[in-house]
Amino acid sequence: MNRFKDAEHLLRVVLVFATGAIAFLLVRAALVPQSFGQYGHYRGNAIAAIAAKPIVFAGHQTCEACHSDIRDVKRQGKHAGVNCEACHGALAKHTEDPGTIQPPKLDTAVLCVRCHEVNGAKPKSFPQVVTKEHSAGLPCETCHQPHSPLIGAGTKP
Amino acid sequence: MKINRRQILILLPVAAVAWDAILAGMPEASPNYTLTEHWWGMLVDISKCIGCGNCVRACAAENDVPEGYFRTWVERYHVADYDLANPVVDSPDGGKNGFPPMLESDGKNFFIPKMCNHCADSPCTQVCPVGATFITPDGVVLVDKDYCIGCRYCIQACPYGCRFLNPEMHTAEKCTLCYHRITKGLTTACCEACPTGARQLADLKNPKDPIHAFLRTHDVQVLKPYMATGAKLFYNDLDGSVR
Repeated sequence: MNRFKDAEHLLRVVLVFATGAIAFLLVRAALVPQSFGQYGHYRGNAIAAIAAKPIVFAGHQTCEACHSDIRDVKRQGKHAGVNCEACHGALAKHTEDPGTIQPPKLDTAVLCVRCHEVNGAKPKSFPQVVTKEHSAGLPCETCHQPHSPLIGAGTKP
Repeated sequence: MKINRRQILILLPVAAVAWDAILAGMPEASPNYTLTEHWWGMLVDISKCIGCGNCVRACAAENDVPEGYFRTWVERYHVADYDLANPVVDSPDGGKNGFPPMLESDGKNFFIPKMCNHCADSPCTQVCPVGATFITPDGVVLVDKDYCIGCRYCIQACPYGCRFLNPEMHTAEKCTLCYHRITKGLTTACCEACPTGARQLADLKNPKDPIHAFLRTHDVQVLKPYMATGAKLFYNDLDGSVR
């Protein structure tokens, strides 16, 4: 027993370390979110938080649920693959409250030119015009219906 | 306001319960969506891109991207004849308002839309010191803005220059592949707004996705394949001068 006459000192050191370790574990358990490590070295709930953000673009499926007439016109024409909100802009708010929130009026002078003004970097097969020479200042919809742009193809808006 | 000992004793357990609820976070946001059933990527068909900037504007509208920063952008390449190593690239305001007419008429000219490649082995997630950026089980690289300390390591690590520091939040920001949309069965805002179908969201785990037939029948590349990032942004008709 003589060899361990200072055993009390050792016990104190062990106690200090044990208290420190327990305090660390308690603080860590309190501060680290429960979902941390659920899928990997990150907060698993962050995935749900990011997924919960509201949408701004409604998606053409939602538009077509009400505007099936436009869908049918569009399907026949060259703009079949162009989604509604490519020109009309983000309209999720309109789909939530179609009565009060109306889509903004569109300007073909801006929208048509955005895609169809000639540019050397555009694919050669893509229809392009020099607006000034092409229409002599007339608005595009004088001849082309945007939903089915081939001349004489679409009569409905 | 004065609080006595008795009130403190009552308040402490209440605060503990509230803190627990905060840490537990939100419930599952998309109940009909199973993380392990998807593996997301995107196809960009260069031969269809007309540089209209619809994707850039749509992304900014959908994700509140701060002015002057871009989660996706479009570059215009001009490669003079025989000079593949030195392309001239311009991207005025990220291509947000389209592109001015080409001045050079020689050589090869084309548009390259760019965004996060949602790499399977992404350098950005590997360098994050706090576990704020990560790849989800369905293959999307995201940032937990509540955990990000704004150290900018990930911004330096991304070989594609796809990240930036949000000037207000001072946290790293990037393309989420419209995670709030694709988990609801919608496509991304950029794909929705693309008038020519140059961008296509692709679910590589879905055997019915047309991406599989496309990858089999076309010469598809990723950017910087030598970086071995496992990029999932597939480019069709990509010119060798693009970097």
